[in-house]
Amino acid sequence: MNECFLRPRGNALILSAATGLLALASLLSNAFGDDFPIVSVPRLTIAAVLLAVLGCAFALGFIRRLPGDIAILFSSLFSAYALIETVSEHPASSSGGFWLLTLAAWTCGWLFVERLAAWQAVGLGAKRVINLAIPLLFGVWLLILWQIVVTGFGVPKVLLPAPSEIWLRLTGSVPTLWADFQQTFLKAVLFGYAAGCGAGFVIAILVDRVPFLRRGLLPIGNLVSALPIIGVAPIMVMWFGFDWPSKAAVVIIMTFFPMLVNTVSGLAASDAMQKDLMRTYAAGYWQTLVKLRLPMAMPFIFNALKINSTLALIGAIVAEFFGTPIVGMGFRISTEVGRMNVDMVWAEIAVAALAGSLFYGLVALLEKRLTFWHPSQRG
Amino acid sequence: MTASTLPASRSTNPFAGLMRGTTGPVIVVVLALLAIWYVAAVVLNTPFQRDTYARANQSDVPFSQLVGDTLAQERPVLPAPHQVIAEMWDTTVKKAVTSKRSLVYHTWITLSTTLLGFLIGTLLGVLIAIGIVHSRVLDKSLMPWVISSQTIPILAIAPMIIVVLNAVGISGLLPKAMISTYLSFFPVTVGMVKGLRSPEIIHLDLMHTYSASKLQAFLKLRLPYAVPYLFTSMKIGIAASLVGAIVGELPTGAVAGLGARLLAGSYYGQTVQIWSALIMAALLAGSLVGLIGIAEKITLKRMGMAQ
Repeated sequence: MNECFLRPRGNALILSAATGLLALASLLSNAFGDDFPIVSVPRLTIAAVLLAVLGCAFALGFIRRLPGDIAILFSSLFSAYALIETVSEHPASSSGGFWLLTLAAWTCGWLFVERLAAWQAVGLGAKRVINLAIPLLFGVWLLILWQIVVTGFGVPKVLLPAPSEIWLRLTGSVPTLWADFQQTFLKAVLFGYAAGCGAGFVIAILVDRVPFLRRGLLPIGNLVSALPIIGVAPIMVMWFGFDWPSKAAVVIIMTFFPMLVNTVSGLAASDAMQKDLMRTYAAGYWQTLVKLRLPMAMPFIFNALKINSTLALIGAIVAEFFGTPIVGMGFRISTEVGRMNVDMVWAEIAVAALAGSLFYGLVALLEKRLTFWHPSQRG
Repeated sequence: MTASTLPASRSTNPFAGLMRGTTGPVIVVVLALLAIWYVAAVVLNTPFQRDTYARANQSDVPFSQLVGDTLAQERPVLPAPHQVIAEMWDTTVKKAVTSKRSLVYHTWITLSTTLLGFLIGTLLGVLIAIGIVHSRVLDKSLMPWVISSQTIPILAIAPMIIVVLNAVGISGLLPKAMISTYLSFFPVTVGMVKGLRSPEIIHLDLMHTYSASKLQAFLKLRLPYAVPYLFTSMKIGIAASLVGAIVGELPTGAVAGLGARLLAGSYYGQTVQIWSALIMAALLAGSLVGLIGIAEKITLKRMGMAQ
């Protein structure tokens, strides 16, 4: 075991002490209402005792090893489970002790993340797992706190539904969500993205051939990239009708300019030295383009592809606010908001977020595969 | 061979020098775009015009009259540039600023939302960046979420945030500004994290030998280093903030703002109104980015960092 592994940093000490003290305090107070102490609910008692013992032990310097860290993880997750289960039986009536215990569970979870960040991982694989686990735990805790706070305070469903309700709605209306996803993502977004990026790429190569156009179009392209292009949505809906082609048109316009600007600056990225080398090989324009300049432009092109992956989804959804057939993610969001079915809206947003992240991740993965030689990927 | 590669002398051709910079080509491209716009307007508006002639039993209309009529329709498929400019002149200069028909009034509504959202977003972005730079746990746990927060099509939530906050009694500027905030905090966070980390190790070590505290190292080394990055990301942030403000205005039932003008125009088929709102939004975006660019130049010059 490494020395660094054993020595907690200042934050960990504060967090563990807070966990212990908060859990101890919660043991002495009420969970729900005025006459419902924590100790009358077995699982909350177990959770509080666990947290109190672990927090105090860690603060006093006892369990600062791997088994201790794992115990911290499990007790924080168990307390989260106990809290969620209990609060769903007594909605909107939780009082001081319950929130003290919630805070204790949260600081305990944070303590584990703090320990995780300090672990000296052996090997690249373990490091990667830890780097993935930290943001994942953060996300899980966000969801846990969201669930507890919403049910504990009895936040009205219209304002903010709990994650469990959103999940229920999500699993309960898969056919609707799938139809919307098909209409918006598989038709409008994918077609628009491919056409917009393709057109931007081809025009960029043309522009690159003519220096006059490069000097004339690039400043305009840069300016247009900063404009609120999404405003053309109503015009496109007017021109191309309510169905998906109008949304694809919006996506094409939105994705075209980032691609154009990035590809043109990418094509300028190869050094004079490298171009001279190609000349000494007696390479023609096309050979230089395919073997030197396009590969050098790859990082720029992928930058545009990544920017466009999120722009495309936004463009398609917002364009649907201006008129659609009765299917599509933007349509569903705007109508369900009107009917105050907020959990359906959140389910739709969850689908959109998942699709957006996967799309982005796919492009990023492709970038890693294709530009493995670039310094930014080797680091 | 040599004659063609030699640069043309300025004395013989005064336009040669102009065309070598960026100004000349940009002007030519803009003129070309305007020409394409006019041609497209004529082509796109012709079917409706022919319909009108047929209904009025006018046959063999001369081509010049057809072109003139297509460029002067009341609700054209594609309005000509001069129609848009005339509409903008009508709604900005000829109307009282307080009138609901004035484009200045709507622009001001959008601008105030944009600025409020941008201000909050920039502050939030800088604060998150400071946290990320100084805490390893925050860096590892928050940074991936900051990045993936932008893969979520957040504009999709815009109508919900506004309708829901309206239901609780919060209305007006703040709900719309929240969307702007969400869109503009991201570039600022990413840029500031990069900027605050840009001082070289050797400079941080120097601060260490001076026995500077973390706060002193932050104020005297990291912050000045981050200023150029801050301005670059603020330019992206304010453009994003404007988009957020416009989309935020869509679900409020088309009451006020450039987004509302777009929506109202699309409801009533007022294409000229849509285009003038669009051009106004473009002008607004251009001038906001330009203003930040000027502020950047002045600040960097005073800090001695200008190139």
